[in-house]
Amino acid sequence: MKGQPFENFSGIAAPLPRKNINTDAIIPAPYLRTTDTNLATGLFALWRYDDNGKANPDFILNQSGFEHSTILLAGENFGCGSSREAAAWALVRFGIKAVFAPSFADIFYENAFRNGLLAGILAPQALATLVTSINSDVACAELIVDLSGMTLTDRIGQSVSFSVPDFRREALLRGDDDIATTLNHSDDIHAFTKADRVQRPWIYETGLEHQ
Amino acid sequence: MSGRTLFEKIWDSHRIRSMGEGRDLIFVDRHILQETTSATAFRGLAEAARPVPFPALTCATQDHIVSTELNRDADSNPTGRELIGLMARNAAAHGIRLFGLGDTRQGIVHVIGPELGLVLPGTIVACGDSHTSTAGGLGALGIGVGTSEVEHVLATQTLVLPRPKTLRINFEGQAGPGITAKDLILHALGTFGIAVGTGHAIEYTGPAIRALSVEGRLTVCNMSIELGGRLGLIAPDEATFAYIKDRAFAPKGAMWDRAVDSWKQLHTDADAQFDRELSFDVSQAAPQITWGTTQQDVIGVDQPLPDPHTMADRDLRERTESMLSYMGLTPGRPIAGTPIDMVFIGSCTNARLSDLEAAASIVRGRHVARHVRALVVPGSTSVKKAAEDKGLDRIFIDAGFEWRSAGCSMCVSINEDIVPPNARCVATSNRNFENRQGPRARTHLSSPAMAAAAAVAGMITDVRRLA
Ligand code: SF4
Repeated sequence: MKGQPFENFSGIAAPLPRKNINTDAIIPAPYLRTTDTNLATGLFALWRYDDNGKANPDFILNQSGFEHSTILLAGENFGCGSSREAAAWALVRFGIKAVFAPSFADIFYENAFRNGLLAGILAPQALATLVTSINSDVACAELIVDLSGMTLTDRIGQSVSFSVPDFRREALLRGDDDIATTLNHSDDIHAFTKADRVQRPWIYETGLEHQ
Repeated sequence: MSGRTLFEKIWDSHRIRSMGEGRDLIFVDRHILQETTSATAFRGLAEAARPVPFPALTCATQDHIVSTELNRDADSNPTGRELIGLMARNAAAHGIRLFGLGDTRQGIVHVIGPELGLVLPGTIVACGDSHTSTAGGLGALGIGVGTSEVEHVLATQTLVLPRPKTLRINFEGQAGPGITAKDLILHALGTFGIAVGTGHAIEYTGPAIRALSVEGRLTVCNMSIELGGRLGLIAPDEATFAYIKDRAFAPKGAMWDRAVDSWKQLHTDADAQFDRELSFDVSQAAPQITWGTTQQDVIGVDQPLPDPHTMADRDLRERTESMLSYMGLTPGRPIAGTPIDMVFIGSCTNARLSDLEAAASIVRGRHVARHVRALVVPGSTSVKKAAEDKGLDRIFIDAGFEWRSAGCSMCVSINEDIVPPNARCVATSNRNFENRQGPRARTHLSSPAMAAAAAVAGMITDVRRLA
């Protein structure tokens, strides 16, 4: 998933305007037991399926026209709860390329961008406008995501803006590998530890190295 | 130059360079790994053929998915075998010290970090679990990270992070009898909500904080993430230094003296400015218990449940209705007296020795109500051993509790410890989300003493009546 430049796209936006959607809801713990669990299946599992594992018809991603959504429109504080990056993985594996919400929890926000998932901030009013128009006409669910221009546009040309910090936008558009970027500064890291070893020797002589 | 906050002193001393846009490259002093969030990170390292340059600043444990059966091994929990095995193999391949299953130093990441003297004042600690903020109880910056960041720390011993804003929460007054660290932080959640700390490093101050034991401070900082903050910390003092001295990996001899000298600078200067300051008075707080499915949905145990009919705001009314219905509670009724099915005493929030002692003091000479299943899961193998040396295991077992091995257990319910559908559990952990402890599980968060009281009463009850 890393290293893929983000491209503008058009897709179906699923409205899920609840507040405080937490990472446990996005990907419940039972789906985290193995490294290769089908995370796409687990996305919103306890909302998506009933007790017998059948699709819950009330849940948006099970509704006709929304099964292949690539955009999520969510309420404020999306991704709160834990650091589980599997929340971002599950969204991406399902096919979601962008989530828009009035605000995001800190760790989820980092995790999203690190996996090429756009997390765009949308004013509450803009979110309400989009959700209302989708609810009244399903055709309005098809949106064009323009990351360079930071706009969402529907089929009738109605457009709202979202925001993304510049550096994140550019990193997404380039498909940066964060570790490679940091390793470009290896000399600085080395200089830091050289001086720091003198200042704080107890940090480096942990005893952990003696097996 | 005006003074600096504690957070700024620590952050600035770890800042390698600016990465632009308000982000800094910061050095990570201690990295603690656990089995569920590291496997994919190691795979990424292998794919890029990257080494781990600082294995001596890194250690690993197995806590999340492990079985908590008393005589467990890697086969006790077949669904965990793959991740448990991967942690051991990945640690060995990179020369990383593993305190895994069977090791006397095994335990929950945030319990063993302070316990082994790995977390020190003024350090930056990273771990792939959001409750790394626990380290703040010793005056360290504990940063919970996702798996990509675990890989980043493994490969570089650094993180690239936006510099958070600073928030001070001042706990005024003196906590009443029976009011614990957990009650204080739950009360803060009820007062300020779950998003107040987003984007902020939180410093907890005030007389009620200074009066806490070091373990109580770890509990408060643990739940910083519930307030939305990625970081929470409390200035270290003599009690902190005494807590750390002589721990397995703490500095020794002349190095110890040098370290303590430097730690004495770790406080917020009198003229330092915070981006935001909040204050509240804790002296009237009753023991706290959550009733809903976010951690801000908390009340004193002597209060009635909220009544949506009295709420003017439609959004709030609908959310309250839906939470009460999920939780199977009647609006407006007193929360005390609500019958319960399960009790979980454990997790990195409240499974240290002092937590188990507090629970045992309520349980002693009493018995768990007939219809209740109650578990005590120590936070680490050494907490378990210390408790057994004090005879706490006998008190719990004689009272009808299950006495188990150390791990995350019913905090995250990724192993076999789960709450059945619709069952009501009083838990000392930190998350009461829908389905967190199992599908349709109903979770009430409280202190260990309140959980113990609920176990023996068979219902939610005011622990002060049993103390
Ligand atoms: S006890 Fe719970 S919160 Fe703590 S480390 Fe384990 S899963 Fe995370």
